[in-house]
Amino acid sequence: MADASYPDDLRYHAEHDWARVDGEVATLGITWYAQDSLGEVVFFDPPAVGTTIAKDEPYAEVESVKAVSDVVAPVSGEIVEVNPALGDAPETINDDPYGDGWMVKVRLSDVSELDTLLDAAAYREILD
Amino acid sequence: MSRYTSATDADRREMLDAIGVETIEDLFADIPAGVRLDRPLDIAAGLSEQDVYARMRRLASRNVSTEDEISFLGAGMYDHYVPALVDNLLSRSEFLTPYTPYQPEISQGSLQVMFEYQTAISEVTGLPVSNASVYEGPSAVAAAGYLARLHNKRGRFLVSRGLHPHALETLRTNAHGFGATVEELPLSDGVTDPDALAAAMGDDVAAVFLAQPNFLGAVEDLEALAPLARSTGALLIVAADPLTLGVLKPPGDFDVDICVGEGQTLGNRLDFGGPSFGFFAVQEHLVRKLPGRLVGETTDVDGRRGFVLTLQTREQHIRREKATSNICTAQALNALAGVIYLSWLGRHGITELAELMLQRTAYARAELAALEGVELLHEQPVVREFAVTLDASVDRVIERCAAEGVNPGYALGRDFDEHPDGLLVAITEQRSRADIDRLVSVLGAAVTAERTGVMA
Amino acid sequence: MSKTMNDNRLHGDPGIADTAGQDGRGLSLEMPKQRDRAVTIFEKSKAGRRAFVAPELDVDAQPLDDLIPARMRRTEPPRLPEISEPEINRHYKRLSTRNFDLDEGFYPLGSCTMKHNPKLHERIAALPGNARLHPAQAPERAQGALELMYELQVALGEVAGLPHVSLQPSAGSHGELAGVLLTRAYHEDRGDHRTKVLTPDTAHGTNPATVTMAGYEVVKVGTDPDGGVDLEDLRAKADDQVACLMLTNPSTLGLFDRNIEEIASIVHGVGATLYYDGANLNAVMGISRPGDMGFDIVHYNLHKTFTQPHGGGGPGAGPIAVSDRIEPYLPRPQVVQGDDGSFVLDYDRPKSIGRLRGFQGNYGVFVRSYAYILSLGGDGLREASETAVLNANYLLARLREAGVAEYLPVAYDRLCMHEFVLSGAPMKRELGLKTLDLAKRLLDFGFHPPTVYFPLLVDEALLVEPTETETKETLDAFADTIAEILREGEQDPEIARNAPYTTPVRRLDEAGAAKRPVLRQPL
Repeated sequence: MADASYPDDLRYHAEHDWARVDGEVATLGITWYAQDSLGEVVFFDPPAVGTTIAKDEPYAEVESVKAVSDVVAPVSGEIVEVNPALGDAPETINDDPYGDGWMVKVRLSDVSELDTLLDAAAYREILD
Repeated sequence: MSRYTSATDADRREMLDAIGVETIEDLFADIPAGVRLDRPLDIAAGLSEQDVYARMRRLASRNVSTEDEISFLGAGMYDHYVPALVDNLLSRSEFLTPYTPYQPEISQGSLQVMFEYQTAISEVTGLPVSNASVYEGPSAVAAAGYLARLHNKRGRFLVSRGLHPHALETLRTNAHGFGATVEELPLSDGVTDPDALAAAMGDDVAAVFLAQPNFLGAVEDLEALAPLARSTGALLIVAADPLTLGVLKPPGDFDVDICVGEGQTLGNRLDFGGPSFGFFAVQEHLVRKLPGRLVGETTDVDGRRGFVLTLQTREQHIRREKATSNICTAQALNALAGVIYLSWLGRHGITELAELMLQRTAYARAELAALEGVELLHEQPVVREFAVTLDASVDRVIERCAAEGVNPGYALGRDFDEHPDGLLVAITEQRSRADIDRLVSVLGAAVTAERTGVMA
Repeated sequence: MSKTMNDNRLHGDPGIADTAGQDGRGLSLEMPKQRDRAVTIFEKSKAGRRAFVAPELDVDAQPLDDLIPARMRRTEPPRLPEISEPEINRHYKRLSTRNFDLDEGFYPLGSCTMKHNPKLHERIAALPGNARLHPAQAPERAQGALELMYELQVALGEVAGLPHVSLQPSAGSHGELAGVLLTRAYHEDRGDHRTKVLTPDTAHGTNPATVTMAGYEVVKVGTDPDGGVDLEDLRAKADDQVACLMLTNPSTLGLFDRNIEEIASIVHGVGATLYYDGANLNAVMGISRPGDMGFDIVHYNLHKTFTQPHGGGGPGAGPIAVSDRIEPYLPRPQVVQGDDGSFVLDYDRPKSIGRLRGFQGNYGVFVRSYAYILSLGGDGLREASETAVLNANYLLARLREAGVAEYLPVAYDRLCMHEFVLSGAPMKRELGLKTLDLAKRLLDFGFHPPTVYFPLLVDEALLVEPTETETKETLDAFADTIAEILREGEQDPEIARNAPYTTPVRRLDEAGAAKRPVLRQPL
């Protein structure tokens, strides 16, 4: 597991999620802090492609051996892709939370929601 | 000094001093005066070990056990032989006295037992995954209902009238809580009516419950029923009698989703109804919704093979209000008896035992049916148990037989208004031909006496 | 008490075991630790071996096809082991030696009440009049069993201060389910459809899980700084949609709630029932009764308070006792005494919630618990509770000594009841040792660890319950060992971080087991 990091190019949600925006599609995942608190991830229960998710509501579950955590949506939209690699290797979420450990891609239903998210500095402040 | 404690007066003084209080009473200072018991408990003074034994022995002697009469009682629990090996191994402190294996490094014995048990149940039922046990048969059926509810969120249960009546009632009790309704499917000539099942199916059905064999002893035609039950996305739940699966096609062969059942017949004593264990086996796609403990294989830091409780995020201590069940303590020791017993029977023994029951039951059924005033309640295939109707009061016939040292079976009228004259007769391997012949003679005489009005 | 597990109880037979690597980092183990490789009974199977010999077929055999159509019959036997009796015996005997058990040593597993299991009870339970009594036997031929159940009901009712008892539930959580379903029946019978059940944030996980299974929504109530129910939070959340408050008292923090009368008044004030989780009843037998505290429904854990051996995860039994207003809804059947003094099973209970399981409950457990009550008597039960509380407070006092308390402070600095909670947070901060590391290191010293990481409210929690059947010497040895492990941790925390060393296996890869589940022996 790498050291704590919070890349500047991401937007953050206070429930320890991040979003990487590319036009109308955002890639979502959990932050370094979230995966570190949870411990080794053993199971990721994704939503189905095509379902809609709502900002601030749980859209998936992630499990370690002794804990279950809801994954909260930082934005609203429709799931267009689920990371297929997490089925066999959920620990990728620990190894590379901002890269190969991404969880879903979402077509944004309200781009203005992005304005409510935090930048890396603001998110770090929450952690402190 | 209270029995089983060892604090001497000197210990007590030293301990109170270390705590920094004067009296034991001071330790209870947090308990408000208004809720203290201001008198001794109204429970008799303690007895010596000898006196407790004598008292308990006297109580036990007032029960008529299967050693005191020739018993053909079944109806869900059966007087099978429990090998001495089981008693001996279960009496070992190492199995008898630990708690649930929360510390796997010092619980490999219990954990490996559970892994072997899961394997054995998987083999017998033909389903890929078994948990490490639930309480007993009827509550296992209710637990299966809850799983179905979690799985497809639907609200209707269709239940064969051939399910054990205690299981049906337990399911009703539970379903009322979690908001599902229970509808009975009638029997036709002793087995679940496929037309009634087909007519009742719909896309709001959460699960269909069948028993194999059913409560009347009849072997259900799962080949015909299973496709109907699974036609609309409902789960098919079969409550099976495990020893009969030595000869019957296992539920897994019919793609049932869940197979549960009463494990008492697998090396557990009757114990007036418990403790025994319930088994709970599922298809792979339901593994994350299983109730109860589940053991998996892994390795330790030195690469050594070991076993741990696994997929625990399903359970109440982690998932709390979203858990797949509230079960915590289950029936580990009884499941140990189960896996020892299945190993003792072995691959071929389970079939030999089932075939022996099959032959003796067929003999008993034919002999009883040949009696005046006795008719078969149904003519379906049976394995260990069958139902007859008597042309006489069943309760009085049972009393007459009891006076002759024979318990002829279970009065079906206790649960089935439609069969007030029904008698359910079970033939385990402990009932020899001589015992059966005695039953035939005593029951025949009792029925005749009742029909002709002869005084008992 | 030995400081290292240097006997063979936890190890394989040295004659045939392979030898483990010695990585005990500075440990002075007196002999190399040897461990078996686990081999399952299925792997010991060999075609042609057997233990079972079927009784003689003494009736004329008929063709199987005439008895059951071939399409209904099994074509392949289940792949159960083919193995001889001596090998089954040896297999399970040796597996047993890979367990730590209550008869082996101290087992302060909080909330589990691991008290001595009297051996008399096994002898009595095995009497044929108990062990071979069929559950459908006519009541007139099972009078001894029904009398025993009746008398147990009376005694349990007296302990709880609630007159009506059902023995039927199979374990504590099953009793909880019964209790919440009774609550539902009670409200529904009055035409009152409520939606919520309150549980404190300190509750056992079984409480909220039960609430959901019974069709209610869980609402959490907070804990005040003193470790009791937060009364303000309770008042704010108790409304006319609340069906019940489920409470453990003493709580899972080992503390008696001083405000219990006020709590009962708030809960009853909104028409809800008060449910007593009896997991901690061992603290208050004969001293304070749930019924007198205002509880409507209580469950007992006979496998805790009333010493049914736990069997490595059951069997148990979870009888319930209820107040007059809940009585009409109790499960069927009830054991009652008729006018002629005989005992019968009463099914005629029109408002009953119905059955929770088959037959009459875990009778074999009732036999043991009744024998226990006969042995102790009313005074003995009280003394058991007093001694349990004395032992807990004494052990707590020993753990408050210098060298321990700065690393493992008690979570709530009060007298405790029969158990107490320590926090390993300072130990983690100062020594880099987690509660888990301490627990694993205790294994090397021959102790079962306390309950860890529960209650959830306390960071790095250890929940310690010594029970009344332990001696002062044992408690001292445990306290000394904790101090020694902490001293060792000051010198070299790696020792505890890699513990245990002396057990049949060492730390296991639980994440691997969960990621790629192997749930049965592949055959």
